Amino acid sequence: MPIITLPDAETLVAQLAAAIKPTLTPNTVLVGMYTGGVWAAQQMHALLDPDMPHGDLDISFYRDDFDRIGLHAQVKPTRLPFEVEGRDILLVDDVLYTGRSVRAAMNALFDYGRPARIRLAVLVDRVGDRELPIMADFVGATASVPAHQHIHLVRDDAGRLKLKLVDLK
Amino acid sequence: MTLNPQLNQDGALKHLLTIDGLPRAILTHILDTAEGFIAVSEQEVKKVPLLRGKAIFNLFFEPSTRTRTTFEIAAKRLSADVINLNINASSQSKGETLLDTVDNLAAMQADMFVVRHAQSGAAHMIARHVAPHIHVVNAGDGRHAHPTQGLLDMFTIRKYKGEFHNLRVAIVGDVLHSRVARSQIHALTTLGVPEVRVIAPKTLLPTGVEQLGVHVYHEMAKGLKDVDVVIMLRLQNERMRGALLPSAQEYFKYYGLTPDKLTLARPDAIVMHPGPMNRGVEIDSAVADGKQSVILPQVTYGIAVRMAVMSILAGN
Amino acid sequence: MKIHIKNGRLIDPKHGLDTHADLYIAAGKIAAIGSAPRDFHANRVIDASHCIVCPGLVDLAARLREPGFEYKATLESEMDAACAGGITSLACPPDTDPPLDEPGLVEMLKFRAQNLNQARVYPIGALTQKLEGARLTEMAELRDAGCVGFSQADAPITDTQVLVRALEYAATFGFTVWLRPQDAYLAKGGVAHDGFVATRLGLPAIPTSAETVALATILLLARETGARVHLCRLSAAESLAMVRTAKAEGLNVSCDVGINHVHLSEMDIGYFDTNHHLVPPLRGLRDRDAIRAALADGTVDALCSDHTPVDEDGKQMPFGESEPGATGLELLLPLTLKWARENGIPLSQALARITHQPAHILGLDAGHLAIGHAADICVFDPEATWIVASSILKSQGKNTPFLGYEMQGRVHATLVEGHVVFEGEENGQRRR
Repeated sequence: MPIITLPDAETLVAQLAAAIKPTLTPNTVLVGMYTGGVWAAQQMHALLDPDMPHGDLDISFYRDDFDRIGLHAQVKPTRLPFEVEGRDILLVDDVLYTGRSVRAAMNALFDYGRPARIRLAVLVDRVGDRELPIMADFVGATASVPAHQHIHLVRDDAGRLKLKLVDLK
Repeated sequence: MTLNPQLNQDGALKHLLTIDGLPRAILTHILDTAEGFIAVSEQEVKKVPLLRGKAIFNLFFEPSTRTRTTFEIAAKRLSADVINLNINASSQSKGETLLDTVDNLAAMQADMFVVRHAQSGAAHMIARHVAPHIHVVNAGDGRHAHPTQGLLDMFTIRKYKGEFHNLRVAIVGDVLHSRVARSQIHALTTLGVPEVRVIAPKTLLPTGVEQLGVHVYHEMAKGLKDVDVVIMLRLQNERMRGALLPSAQEYFKYYGLTPDKLTLARPDAIVMHPGPMNRGVEIDSAVADGKQSVILPQVTYGIAVRMAVMSILAGN
Repeated sequence: MKIHIKNGRLIDPKHGLDTHADLYIAAGKIAAIGSAPRDFHANRVIDASHCIVCPGLVDLAARLREPGFEYKATLESEMDAACAGGITSLACPPDTDPPLDEPGLVEMLKFRAQNLNQARVYPIGALTQKLEGARLTEMAELRDAGCVGFSQADAPITDTQVLVRALEYAATFGFTVWLRPQDAYLAKGGVAHDGFVATRLGLPAIPTSAETVALATILLLARETGARVHLCRLSAAESLAMVRTAKAEGLNVSCDVGINHVHLSEMDIGYFDTNHHLVPPLRGLRDRDAIRAALADGTVDALCSDHTPVDEDGKQMPFGESEPGATGLELLLPLTLKWARENGIPLSQALARITHQPAHILGLDAGHLAIGHAADICVFDPEATWIVASSILKSQGKNTPFLGYEMQGRVHATLVEGHVVFEGEENGQRRR
């Protein structure tokens, strides 16, 4: 089996920020998805525009696998300190995989109001495993990973982000 | 002693029947999850699709519009189908037993029962009886327990005080007949509150209440001294008819919470009450509506806490 | 019919007999002990190897549920249960429906029981009409109809003047008055002992003082009226101390305890287990230990099953609404043996509490083995074990806190007046 080398997460964040920057409008807000997306969005926010409104989104209550696995162990409060209505939302997640989390996130956002536009930025697009017709507007890198593995974004004590491969049990 | 009937084989919460015997981690998990649901009630659409397609039966054998309503709102915000059943004593006496009623409703594909009953232990009995996929939430049984009330009180305390390990909490009033007090006491001691006091005349305290881990006071002047949280209990009107108390007036004079007596507590103490209040019996309006009162936020938090309980149970 | 019970260990507490000897029965009576009478040809031989042969048990409180509560149990089912439990004489309390307050009811019960040809039934008559605690029953008439004592069962006499008069009237004829001391006001609404468990579970409580206050009244009035009083189902340590003192002063009182209270306490209620809803309530561990000590030192004269069959609907209720009581006829012997084993009580002393001592309280010449005396016999294997299960219990009531427990001690055969009324199947496990 080939050893997959994952790109450096912080480089990906910087590349994404550079790509996004020209597309920002005064109406744009940044929303990170727990947990990895929130970290990535925080770093991006610093690189983009410190005055831009940003929020954190927890999708536990919108997941479609509740019947199989129950409530996520760690529910975090969603924090959207701005009107969602009419906004240009840039949704940030660490890995785009089946597309189900993004579906849940969009449902959640619509329960706060009707955004003018939602765009998606991800550090890694895990290609070939999509289960819903969803694609990202900004992609840091693409990767192909065996089904028994997961890509995780972790943050060390110093606040540095790193991508890791984890075997599923 | 048998295994805790509230937990499944993996130690996860299957029913919520009482706080008594639940590990601190489960209580904290419920409170943390409730934080997530606070945000939901700030959404434009105050609703999440978590329990879509689930049928929740509010089974109230004892009338209580308030509690039933908060459970109903909580269930609806989780997108569950809610069926309210107020079963009065007369239809029970037509020969159908409590378990007959439960069996009939279970046959209507119930996923969860929220049960209120005048007899201690009713929720336990129903939990023992129902099929394994059905969850039971005790919404108050006799004098025994009212765990969601206890939890929402803890949520409120944590919101205002941050931590539990450095608090003095006083519970004032009719502990003897109070399921709320029992649930509060178990929750406070489990979450690590070092000093829980109860303040009441001897007629309103159960035998051996100290063994629940509380300090007993009979005087407000001593019991309220330096506390961080004052929890007032409702005094049922019917207590005046027996020999427990001479009159509402004397009770209010010695055990009612007035602005004067509240000065004995710490200046930043909060005042709580599970409702409905008897103004002028256990609490002065000036306190109930005063700036230390957190009685209305309690109601708001109650919905989030019940959403947390229902979604955790339904997922286990 | 001549029966030879061979190879058994004979224990007769009353006569201090404990020996390996054979028993010979003829014409319903004990014909000989040890060696066969001349020309004795047994029609039947019962092999009592590994078994104890003792007097048939005497139970002071067995509710047979007739008349009035046939849906809970019938005379047939409960007499079967008594025989399976080695019980050959039993007293039944008057709390039937209607209560045993008229001679006709008592005669009917005796007649029905005699026709079954099993254990002997001794009705306790109602002390007051309808057990309402207001007007006295025709005690002398009831005695003539077959009552061996008078009681209120669990119904209160709140009017102390009625109690005094009942005691005086009974004393006139030398009748024994059976009373379970409980102050109706102090016990009002209660369903569990006023202790930590009731506090934790929020169950309305019955304080110890409900028993001791009533007991103090009864003891004083017994002294004043000279009535013979039998105190039923004592449950509190303080009560036993009071009875011990009263007996030492020479007061003519006796007392019994229910078999469940020897083994269980409030802690066993667990999470509202209605099989532990009993009358009087299960009390603290201290009380249970005091009951055991008082049984050992003789303060308590007798152990009884307090047999109360309850149907499933009666128990499948919230604790406070459930019907109190436990089935017990088939558990009296094994639970007595369990007490003896756990407390190191000699077998003969333990058996005394369920044979001749209760017989004495009933005023019966029963519960012992004497030549020429009616052959009421219990043969049991003290080592055989069995699991308490509703399929095994012959009583219609399957309600007992010991459901699922392993019991040691199993009845092998029961004889009433020389007739075999019960024979055990060989399905118990023997412990060696």
